[in-house]
Amino acid sequence: MTFSKEAKHAFDAAPWAGKTKRYDIVKEGSIAVALVAIAAIVLSLVMGSPDEKPLTFKGWAVSNADNFYVTAVQEIAGTSGSATYGGPYNKASDGLNVGPFWLQKWAGVTHPIDTVNEFVIAPLSTQVMSTEIASALATWKAASDSQKQTWAATYDDAITKADGKLADVAAGAYGPVPALAQGLTDMAKGGALDAALLSQGGFFQTDNTKQILFFGDGSYLDDAGTTANLQGGTWGMMNETGRYPGQAWLWLYSFWYQIPPFNNEESKPIGANADAYIMVLMGLLSLGLILIPVIPGIKSLPMRIPIHRGIWRQYYDANGIKRRKK
Amino acid sequence: MSEMWTAKLRNKWQKNLPIEKLLPDDQPAYVVSWIYVFGVLTLAALAMIILSGIILAFEGPAWYHISDTGLFVNSLHFWSVQMFFVFMVVHLWGKYWMAAWRGNRFRTWATGAVAFVASIATAFTGYLVQTNFDSQWISFEAKDGFNAMGIGAFFNVTNLGQMLLLHVAFLPLLLGVITVIHVLMVRRRGVVPPIDAEPLLSGVER
Ligand code: HEM
Repeated sequence: MTFSKEAKHAFDAAPWAGKTKRYDIVKEGSIAVALVAIAAIVLSLVMGSPDEKPLTFKGWAVSNADNFYVTAVQEIAGTSGSATYGGPYNKASDGLNVGPFWLQKWAGVTHPIDTVNEFVIAPLSTQVMSTEIASALATWKAASDSQKQTWAATYDDAITKADGKLADVAAGAYGPVPALAQGLTDMAKGGALDAALLSQGGFFQTDNTKQILFFGDGSYLDDAGTTANLQGGTWGMMNETGRYPGQAWLWLYSFWYQIPPFNNEESKPIGANADAYIMVLMGLLSLGLILIPVIPGIKSLPMRIPIHRGIWRQYYDANGIKRRKK
Repeated sequence: MSEMWTAKLRNKWQKNLPIEKLLPDDQPAYVVSWIYVFGVLTLAALAMIILSGIILAFEGPAWYHISDTGLFVNSLHFWSVQMFFVFMVVHLWGKYWMAAWRGNRFRTWATGAVAFVASIATAFTGYLVQTNFDSQWISFEAKDGFNAMGIGAFFNVTNLGQMLLLHVAFLPLLLGVITVIHVLMVRRRGVVPPIDAEPLLSGVER
């Protein structure tokens, strides 16, 4: 027996005219809820759930004061990751692109971030401080923009030349920058920076963008991510802190970051813009998932590979339905 | 009378999804396989997620850091999500190998697939609002992908307030609505017949 495509479609679409059996879907649903509830309770009692305390600026400045200090200088000089990021924080870079599409740039600066003033000067200004730092702050505020830039850039360069080893930095005309960086480091060590960065002088605040961005500019967060095995280059996107399952459903998203050209920042255009290309790719694949029923080849695979024989075995056997070659 | 929008809607609903179809007490004889359970299990896990989520919402986002009861409820939420995804993925693969979009069931598949994507988005915002080290890390890392596409301009993963609101209001609502439509579509079309079951066409009673 063979049937035309149209006949098959009509058959599949028509209300079922064959044998039926009693089936209590409300009971089935209730049992399912009960089973899932029991499983969730057992898993929760036995395993708990991950909750590693957030890191703090205090922790960073205490455990690695030099790295914090150097990062503070970069925020002042405008060379940090945040200061050079581009959209949506500033215009320091065009950001990533996919061919002629510069979406990051086109979307504009919707969350402006001024690293010098918001990460360093404003938080410092909220503090009661030593005369040395108070006068450094006054000198900074009184100076011209070009003077500020010269001080900060000269100091930042000198630190880079010394490979970040502060003890090896040669003396120079750095103006108040070293004192400001020291003041901020002390403030962070005391634990006052976290809240000052968040509140920016206000009362209510629910946006942690400034904190998170500054935090990621140094090595503290990155090192912690490495230790916790969360780095994106090693499937970290799917991982969770501690011994818990993570977002395993992101495996395909994570996969692209493991292979060339995506995992090679030097490779243009794709590797250098991996974040953008992978987003586009995953968008297309998601669309593909939705459209599977109309994609030639993929839609007929289930008829070719007879997994359905196993799924409906009881029915096929009971009715003597043989597999028809496709 | 039949010109009334209300009457039209009622008639259409009555025709396509009468209560006997919505809550049937029998099913075609071929509905015997463990695979059919996974749609219902996905639904059950979603119910658990919503229930535990509501309790968490009542106590506020920091509760589970400081309370054992809070941590337990958070664990319920966490494991329900893990189960939800396992069930949903098995369900998805099952429906794929059954080619369950046959016979005008494309929209059932499509709403399911959209539910899958919406679930990932909802879970993702959940990871961002944990207010712990994991959420610090994830928000810092994930911002780059969204920023690269210009999405970061209005969907700011480092904005806890925004993510929290989306996670507890808009996204679950969206997922809930999609899920309801998905399940209503299954009921409307009936469960898809097995591949190669067409001998029925030739008059052979099955
Ligand atoms: C929120 C997630 C989902 C829930 C709660 C859900 C729930 C259900 C339920 C209760 C059924 C009927 C029982 C069954 O056949 O298992 C069903 C059927 C179905 N689901 Fe889903 N589902 C979800 C996601 C998906 C996904 C991701 C897909 C595929 C991309 C999908 C495709 C289908 C199809 C094609 C049917 C119809 C099966 C038939 O006619 O035999 N669903 N779903």
